[in-house]
Amino acid sequence: MSAVLAGLFYAAAAVLVAGVAWRIRQYAGTPAPLKIPTTPAPTTTGGVALRMAREVVLFESLFKASLWTWLFGWTFHAGLALVLARHLRYFTDPVWGWVAFIQPFGVYAGFAMAAGLAGLWARRFLVDRVRYISTPSDHLMLALLLAIAATGLAMKYLAHTDVVAVKSFFLGLLVFQVRELPADPVLALHLGLVSALMLVFPFSKLLHAPGLFFSPGRNQVDNPRESRHLAEWAARLESK
Amino acid sequence: MADVTAPPLREFPVPPALVPDAMAGSKPYVATDKMQEAIGFPGALVEDWHDKAIAKMGELVGKYRSLRVYLDACVHCGACSDKCHYFLGTGDPKNMPVARQDLMRGVYRRHFTLPGKLFPKLVGARDLTRDLLDDWYKYYNQCSECRRCSVFCPYGIDTAEVTMAAKEILDSVGYGQKYTNEIIGKVHKIGNNLGLPGPALEDTLLGLEEDVLEETGADVKFPLDQKGAEVLLITPSADFFAEPHVDSLIGYAKVFHAAGISWTLSTHASEAGNFGLFIGNYEQMRTIALRIREAALELGVKRIVVGECGHAWRVAYSFWNTLAGIGSGGDDPFARMLQSQLDHNHRQPTHICELTWDLVRKGALVLDKEANDHRVVTFHDSCNVARASRMGDEPGGQFEIPRALVRAVANRYVEMRPGTTHEATFCCGGGGGLLTDELLDLRVKGALPRMESLREVADLHGVNFMATICAICKAQFTKVLPYYGFNRNMVGGVHQLVSTAIRLGAKR
Repeated sequence: MSAVLAGLFYAAAAVLVAGVAWRIRQYAGTPAPLKIPTTPAPTTTGGVALRMAREVVLFESLFKASLWTWLFGWTFHAGLALVLARHLRYFTDPVWGWVAFIQPFGVYAGFAMAAGLAGLWARRFLVDRVRYISTPSDHLMLALLLAIAATGLAMKYLAHTDVVAVKSFFLGLLVFQVRELPADPVLALHLGLVSALMLVFPFSKLLHAPGLFFSPGRNQVDNPRESRHLAEWAARLESK
Repeated sequence: MADVTAPPLREFPVPPALVPDAMAGSKPYVATDKMQEAIGFPGALVEDWHDKAIAKMGELVGKYRSLRVYLDACVHCGACSDKCHYFLGTGDPKNMPVARQDLMRGVYRRHFTLPGKLFPKLVGARDLTRDLLDDWYKYYNQCSECRRCSVFCPYGIDTAEVTMAAKEILDSVGYGQKYTNEIIGKVHKIGNNLGLPGPALEDTLLGLEEDVLEETGADVKFPLDQKGAEVLLITPSADFFAEPHVDSLIGYAKVFHAAGISWTLSTHASEAGNFGLFIGNYEQMRTIALRIREAALELGVKRIVVGECGHAWRVAYSFWNTLAGIGSGGDDPFARMLQSQLDHNHRQPTHICELTWDLVRKGALVLDKEANDHRVVTFHDSCNVARASRMGDEPGGQFEIPRALVRAVANRYVEMRPGTTHEATFCCGGGGGLLTDELLDLRVKGALPRMESLREVADLHGVNFMATICAICKAQFTKVLPYYGFNRNMVGGVHQLVSTAIRLGAKR
């Protein structure tokens, strides 16, 4: 069991890292021949960094669009971020100070994450417009994330797992040793689902995460009159 | 033509219930073989359209980062689903921006993503059938590329980019739209979208000189092809004779006259509009923009000024420097050739509103605001100006400068409801190459959200003039206002107001 999960984790981590790196390379390597920021847009690189930060941290555009979606989406993502940070304790020894500090908040974040997901999922049934655009994979993705949150919370509140052994297992993976994992079906399920999420990441709509940073509508500086912006394939037209 | 009906104004602006296939019958005329071939596209739907379309899609996702990222990044959150004026006016679910994008995204997933190849049903991947191709033709011709949805997308996904790519693919397989492609042919052949030949243009301008002389007693000139003029004015050809457009042209001329700026129009580039944008074709857009470069070089002008035209200002402001080297900061020989001739103390290119506003601020114009007292004015932000360009030095100048100008020439000004102006402005319903009679029903329905906020200020404040700085907005509103019980003459240009207020020396 431990060996299977270890193998799965290595494979999933490899696919996640290589896959996302490949997509980022693809995005970065694709030219953006025209200046198309959604205006009003910042006129400086610093301004763009600020705009991007507001999108990443606050979901500014979504806030303008729909308060409900923003509330559920932001709650889920903020919860997820905290939960992920909280899990760093399984990979660090000694645990970093700030990771130790956020441990108590991370627990609430687990609930926030689940609540946000539930809200997002409810929209897919209750709002006719969102129901219309939802594909089976949209539902599955929410199910997967909710199941990860639920199994995680179950191990915290219903059936404690041996977290010391879990930590030993992951620290072992970091040095390429397969150590024994507690024989806990909920834990196995939790870890299996997490690796599934890592595996689908580079091939699914989860690409919205790296995608945002490459969105010309948001990452371009509004300065087309001041400097000439020319893609390589477009420049070739000039020498014809 | 199908029945043209205006939907009732909504008391509360809630999104409509879905009405599947409500607009499945809306379809613009297909371009003829002559129109298609004239601009380098196949004359009719080619036999191997499927493979050609997929290959073109592959080419485009390799050439445009926007398209590739936008096709990948959507999570179907629905933020955009109630933002499109065509959806609000029709209830057709395929007019929700996300659903419109999905018509192409499904095919992209089927052919360019692993899960779409392995489990198409699961991820909403679809084969490009003939029916789906027809849906592309119908529904990508129900998008005015106004970018309102992109404002609200958490990733900035811009449906306009997807629509443009779809039109590019459709053109490349011989399934082009008559209105846009015919006009692109005209601009190449004759020099402007309306097909107005040089002698006719000259005649029109002479007529305008007589009219203005009679009206004001001032000898205001409308120069054409004048070498050595300081300013080359590039304006939509509708300004030459369409109502109310021509009143703004008269306004520009009066401003130049009053400020003593020498200016000229060009027969070679007698059109600001660039429909290459609407069909997403870089080469067309570039070739059309090059006419302006050529005219500027030929006439030796120092400044290039653009008249009231929304998409033209997008192309001029955002793309001219890229496409034709019209701008500043170019360090390659192609750009330098023109840019060394231009006067960089001025913004290049300059919007006519920037030019006039600068003159107003310097006190260079004599303005009689009371002359506009019979008007209660509101301002309609045109989509391409609002969300795809700027004026002045600060972000948002595209909102502030035209408003400042209106307030400088009119006493009675009222804003429409927040959420329907500035970056959230609603398209007039006729942009993006949809300003054609066979789409009138769509255009009327798409105007609904704007008509609602106009009705509000008309009832509350007695607004009787909606100023705008776009030739398409002007033409569209003139046509659709009566369907909502408004007078068609309610719409006009900002420089129409300027024209009313400005006092020329000769009359004092």
